[in-house]
Amino acid sequence: MFPSSFDYVAARSVEEAVAAKAGAGDDARVLAGGQSLIPMMKMRLAAPAQLVDINRVPGLDALERTNGQLRVGALVRHADIARSDLAFGAIASAAPWISDPLVRNLGTLCGSVAHCDPEGDWNSVLLATGADVVARGPSGERTIPITDFVVDFFTNALRDDEMVTEVRIPVPNGRSGGSYQKLERKVGDYATVAVAAHLELGGTGAIARAGVALTAVVPKNTKVTAAENVLVGNHPSTELFEEAAELAAQASEPRDDVRGSAEWKRNVVRVFTRRALTAAAAQAQQG
Amino acid sequence: MQITVTLNGSDQTHDVEPRTLLVDFIRTKGELTGTHIGCDTTSCGACTVLLDGTPVKSCTMLAVQADGRAVTTVEGLKRADGLHPLQAAFKQEHGLQCGFCTPGMMLVGAALLEQNPAPTEDDVRWAISGNICRCTGYMNIVKAIRAAGAEMATS
Ligand SMILES: Cc1cc2nc3c(=O)[nH]c(=O)nc-3n(C[C@H](O)[C@H](O)[C@H](O)COP(=O)(O)OP(=O)(O)OC[C@H]3O[C@@H](n4cnc5c(N)ncnc54)[C@H](O)[C@@H]3O)c2cc1C
Ligand code: FES
Ligand code: FES
Repeated sequence: MFPSSFDYVAARSVEEAVAAKAGAGDDARVLAGGQSLIPMMKMRLAAPAQLVDINRVPGLDALERTNGQLRVGALVRHADIARSDLAFGAIASAAPWISDPLVRNLGTLCGSVAHCDPEGDWNSVLLATGADVVARGPSGERTIPITDFVVDFFTNALRDDEMVTEVRIPVPNGRSGGSYQKLERKVGDYATVAVAAHLELGGTGAIARAGVALTAVVPKNTKVTAAENVLVGNHPSTELFEEAAELAAQASEPRDDVRGSAEWKRNVVRVFTRRALTAAAAQAQQG
Repeated sequence: MQITVTLNGSDQTHDVEPRTLLVDFIRTKGELTGTHIGCDTTSCGACTVLLDGTPVKSCTMLAVQADGRAVTTVEGLKRADGLHPLQAAFKQEHGLQCGFCTPGMMLVGAALLEQNPAPTEDDVRWAISGNICRCTGYMNIVKAIRAAGAEMATS
């Protein structure tokens, strides 16, 4: 299978990439890891007139902690995150579950974030941890909270002339923990159900910040605000986590498909939310 | 577009359309057919090659992306004095039947042994989890990669 023809631009800087993109409007696409875009182009689900390859842009592969943030550049691959000591909580927990080892060597977190596939894992992790997406366009840079960035399935908040340069994830100061629980039929399959959880504890041991988000059982990656509200201000306990898990199950909108019935998936949401919160709390209480 | 790819150590310069996939470049321009096309949908790993030492699926990468970079295919494993220890171990341990997945399995094995010369069974299974074999069953493939590691450590 071949993609349809396109013009290819190997950008050497972010400025060059943005200028190329601005010149071609919505007919241009950024090529990052290519692990979603190239399959879509081969199947002719996408036929951009121009590809702006950012793989030769220096500096975009930086993965670092600065100013209380974990900064993930647009060329940081899933595999880089999986083997990095800088990753923490739900981020470290999710990384080894993305696709398979070969796809992880090319696919990027930022590409996955931009792609907004509701079965993609990273956006749930970022919703739970409260990340920001940094976008660059011809008129400069803007920071978009992940809650605003994920507009709908396969739809992000970027303008046609913008690209993502990095994602910034706040690194908690105090005790914190996170977990990503994913059910997949086999390595390389997308999630049947997945849940991201992130907890920060205050001085008294009560939950000061909570993040819960769902993958694959909702039309787009979704933060479960009702569950988060129930958690904040309370001490971690089995009863509390069961209550939050029930709210997450209620917020899910699973469908019957080859992977299982809606009712069963909703139950998996309940169980995985409880497990993710329990693991997150245990991690927070240790550290 | 003219590109130069260092294919198994020798520079290959060819004119290609940007939409040419790396696997087709290797098979048609490079005339090396050890790199297989199985699923053509990024699922099976039969098309695995090493890009600057890292295993990737060449059916899901454009040839133009490999311009100026080094690509190793299964043909590149062969050593001047004979088989690569991985090739010898696949033979010895019956790590292949039809051989379709074998190039990918060997290259993933080579990259793994580079980083981890004495992998456990779990390490190997994890490393090859993006590569599908439809006939051998993974037992002998795992054995072969571990045996090659042991052989390479002593030689
Ligand atoms: C077999 C297989 C299994 C997979 N399993 C999973 C899985 O389990 N979980 C999961 O989350 N994902 C999975 N994926 C998808 C994979 O994680 C991709 O890497 C990811 O979705 C896209 O990242 P990329 O860097 O490859 O982006 P690309 O494919 O290059 O791009 C994807 C889209 O995002 C846009 N884009 C990319 N980067 C930018 C940027 N910096 N600025 C603006 N737009 C940009 C592109 O224009 C394109 O529209 C799988 C893929 C395959 C092939
Ligand atoms: S042919 Fe490339 S992954 Fe199957
Ligand atoms: S030996 Fe036949 S597919 Fe693996």
